[in-house]
This record gives sequence, structure tokens and C-alpha cells, in this order.
Amino acid sequence: MVTTSSTQGGAVAPPTAVPRPSAAPPARVRLLTTTVPARTAWILRAVSILGPLAAWWALSAAGAVDPAFLPSPAAVWTAGIDMARSGELPSDLLASLGRIGAGFGLAVLISVPVGFAMGTLGWAQPLLEPAIGILRYLPASAFIPLLIIWLGIGEPSKIALLVLGVVFFNTLMTADAVRQVPHRLLEVSATLGAGRWRVATHVVLPHALPGVIDAMRVNAAAAWNFVVVAELVAATSGLGYRITRAQRFLQTDRIFAILVLIGVIGLTIDVALRLLRGRVGRWAR
Amino acid sequence: MTAGLRIESLTKEFVPGRPVLDGVDVAVGPGEFVCVVGASGSGKSTLLSLIAGLTRPTSGRVLLDGHEVLGPGPDRGLVFQTASLYPWRTVARNVAFGLEALGVPRAVRQERVAWLLDEVGLGHLAGALPGRLSGGQQQRVSIARALACAPRVLLLDEPFGALDVQTKEDMQVFIRQVWQDVATDPAGDAPVTAPLTSPAGPERRSTVVMVTHDVEEAVFLGRRVLVLSSDPGRISQDIDIDLPEPRTLEIKRSPAFLEIKAAVEDLVRAEHRAHQARLAS
Repeated sequence: MVTTSSTQGGAVAPPTAVPRPSAAPPARVRLLTTTVPARTAWILRAVSILGPLAAWWALSAAGAVDPAFLPSPAAVWTAGIDMARSGELPSDLLASLGRIGAGFGLAVLISVPVGFAMGTLGWAQPLLEPAIGILRYLPASAFIPLLIIWLGIGEPSKIALLVLGVVFFNTLMTADAVRQVPHRLLEVSATLGAGRWRVATHVVLPHALPGVIDAMRVNAAAAWNFVVVAELVAATSGLGYRITRAQRFLQTDRIFAILVLIGVIGLTIDVALRLLRGRVGRWAR
Repeated sequence: MTAGLRIESLTKEFVPGRPVLDGVDVAVGPGEFVCVVGASGSGKSTLLSLIAGLTRPTSGRVLLDGHEVLGPGPDRGLVFQTASLYPWRTVARNVAFGLEALGVPRAVRQERVAWLLDEVGLGHLAGALPGRLSGGQQQRVSIARALACAPRVLLLDEPFGALDVQTKEDMQVFIRQVWQDVATDPAGDAPVTAPLTSPAGPERRSTVVMVTHDVEEAVFLGRRVLVLSSDPGRISQDIDIDLPEPRTLEIKRSPAFLEIKAAVEDLVRAEHRAHQARLAS
């Protein structure tokens, strides 16, 4: 106010006038999101993995905790090698992977078509969403006793647990991905002569596929959890079963080795689906 | 049977008792280039959507060569303001989409797609994904994709509305050129595989109905400009634009052009004011 009136008045303000130092500096508001350089990001990633490992190693090396509770990294490594050599670990691993393949595969085979229908057909959404919305809040693990009564302690009850744990979430997430297809794209396809089936297979499916794979990636993690839970409760093979065996003999080093393996397998599944999504959804980035 | 597009007492209400279009009557002959202008909310896009068959009228009907339009189809190609391309398909495969749906043999398809991409000046981008294209290039692909099916009518819904001013002018010249060059199927009697020859004779030019809110664009492109009023939603003026052909950008500076443009602008402005006044009362 003061500056404008004095310059516009023109009587005093000389052309060499400098801004007065007493004027308030321009306001400065920070954005919420921040970024770091690529190099820093890689260092932080290394710290994320190596930090906890180093802490574990330091804790056990210092002798602060009884090795029966917290075995050293070296002991865990040896226990893992032992189990791998004896052939226990490979056969348990195969048993667990077979279950996730069957259970998760079945869940995907059910949930993707149902989710697709929910995302496209007007009647499927109001018919299915309320039921699925309730069912998905029932914890799948709570069904274990019922599943054992119904299906016995063999493979079917474990696969059923996996399906129950994954199918509802994956259906709703698939339906969401399908609904993301822009309406304009569907309209334009019809004006180009594409009928409903062609639009479903040539427009909606390719557009939704990256989202569908993302949903699968999230739910594969849940499925991998449910395999181990099922095997902890009742099994004669699998990684979860191997943990209960080790517990009986207080072999914490073996439990740790199996936990590490479970983590590594989970990460591998995640990375594989990530790569698949990257290939399928190259256009989406 | 009348050749071309006939719209008969077309009425559309989204809310009962409040028609967006209220008894629209208009005939568009084969090979015409018609622009529809009107203030926002005047139901321009609704009119186009009704012709395309994406919306059903409340009453009245749209006839194409004497047959009532009951739904969308490749004989009425549609281009939206924002390019609705298939982002996972290459430019060439976007243009080929309609031909695939029509079951046109691969060899014919490839030949036509290549020809069309050349015609719209994108031959070098045939293998690119749409995400790499500029807004103007994307609209060229959309137009080529609609033309590939040899439509009897090309419907353009503010196709250049989202482009910057320079690109928009380029595209105006381009769409005029396409209209001159590309022989589609305005009479509706040729097989879909008939070649889209260049240049097209006046009898095989595409029929174009273009909606725009830009009066200058409408007067420059249209051989006929329809002014749509909002209350009631009717064609309030039907103006033949008597400017020399072929039209070049220089025309935009000629006194004749400026005079017609000013007159149409006055009409649209009056409609807009009247609409605002009715809304306020």
C-alpha cells in the first residue's frame, strides 16, 4: 500500500530506489511431498535391509539375549543349510508352494470372472457386493475348525482356507480395476462396431489387466500367509508344519531359518508379479 | 427415402419436464459439412450423442438414409474432445480397431490403415503408443480411426476444444483437407472394403456434423452453421456460409468472413444472455 502510493504519486520515488529491507520477505509454504536423489534412495534401501540384520547380529554377538531365544545369524544359516541338505526343507517348500498354487490359482479363477462381471454388468454389482462385502470381514482363519469338520485335515481344507481368505478381496479389487475403464472408451468402441463380447475381450480386459495383476499381487501376500497358518494348525508337511516341529524341540535356529525362507519366497512372488505387471502395463506408465 | 441424415422433432429430457432438446428438426444432405454452435448447456453434445445412437431420444427420431437410428454403429464415426484412444494399442492398431470388429481381412486392413495414416500425416508414428503423441496427433489418430470404417456421417464433438490455438488452426485446415480428400461412404451403398480414394469427388465426400462452442471455427469450417438455442433447445438459426472454397486460413481475415462471424456471435450471445436471464428469474 505504502510503496504503491509513493511510486504512483511520482513526486519523491527516485528511479534508483531499492526495496526497503524492512519489507516482509515473500511467504514460503512447503509442499507435503519431498523427493531424494536416486543415490540417496539406494543407500536408504540398503539401510532398510542391512540395518535390522546388523542389529540382530550385534544383539546376539553381545550375548545380551539367551541363544535359545535369539540364535545368531551364523547359527540360523547353519540350521538352514542342515535342513536343506537333509532334504526336509526342499520337500516342505514344494508342499507349501503346491498349496499356494492350487488355492490361490483357484481363488483367481473364481474371483477374476466374478469381479469382471461386477464391474461391467449392471445387475451383478447390487446382487453380489453386499454378500461379498460382509463375507470378506469374516476372518478366514476363524473358518479353520469348520473347514476341518467339513473337509477333514487333508489338502482340501487347506486349499479351501486359501480360497476363502483371498477370493472376496480379489473379486472386489478386480471389479474396481474393471470399473476404471473410461466410459468414453466404451462408447467409442461401440461406434466402431465392437459388440459387447468384443468390448469385453478387446477393450475392458486389456485396460483392466494391470489393475487386476496389482490386485493379485496384494492378495498373493495374503495367500502366502494363509498357507503357513493352515500348516501350523494341521499338516504333515510344509513350512508351517516344519516350524511346529522345530518348536517342539526348542530349535529356535531352525524356526528363524524357515521364517527367513518364507520371507524370501514371499518377496520372490511379489517381484515376479511386479515384473509381469510391468510388462503387461507398459502403456499405463 | 431421403439420402443423408434427417432429424425429426427430436426431444430429449434427462429430467422429466425439462427438455435439453425440444423438437429439433434438421436435414443434412450427403457430403455436407455442418457445424453446430450454441452456448454451453444448449444440448449440442446431446444432439451428437443422439445421432451416434449412444443416447435414446425421449421422443422424435434420427433417420440415416431413411432408417431410424436405434443404437451406435460404425456408419456414424464419432470423435470426442479428449482423444479416446486405446493406450495399449499402437497408433496403427488403434486405427485398425473398427476394421477388426467388422471382420475386414488383414491385408485390406493393413493397406487402409497405412493409407489413412499417410493421409493424416502420421505414417512415421504407426508403431508408437498413443501416450507418446501430442494432443493434436492424438486427435488425428481418432479421426483416422473413425474414418477407417468408411462412415456415412462423421460426428465431431468439440474435437479441437482441448488444443492450443496454433494446433487448433492446423487441425482446422487438416479436417477440411480430410473432408476434401477422403472418400468415405455418404450414400451408404459401397462395401466397407471399397477404397477410400484421394481426392474424393463431391459426391463421395464424408458428411460431417461438428459441434463446437467456437463461432470462428464453425464459420471457417462449416458450409452451414446451425445455432442451437437453450430454452427451448431448438435450432434457432440455419445459416449457409457462402465463403470461397477451398478455404484457407487467410479467409479468416476477409471482411466477408468477419461479417458472418460477428453476426453469428451476436446470435449466440443473445441466446446466452436470454438463457442466463431465465436461469436468474
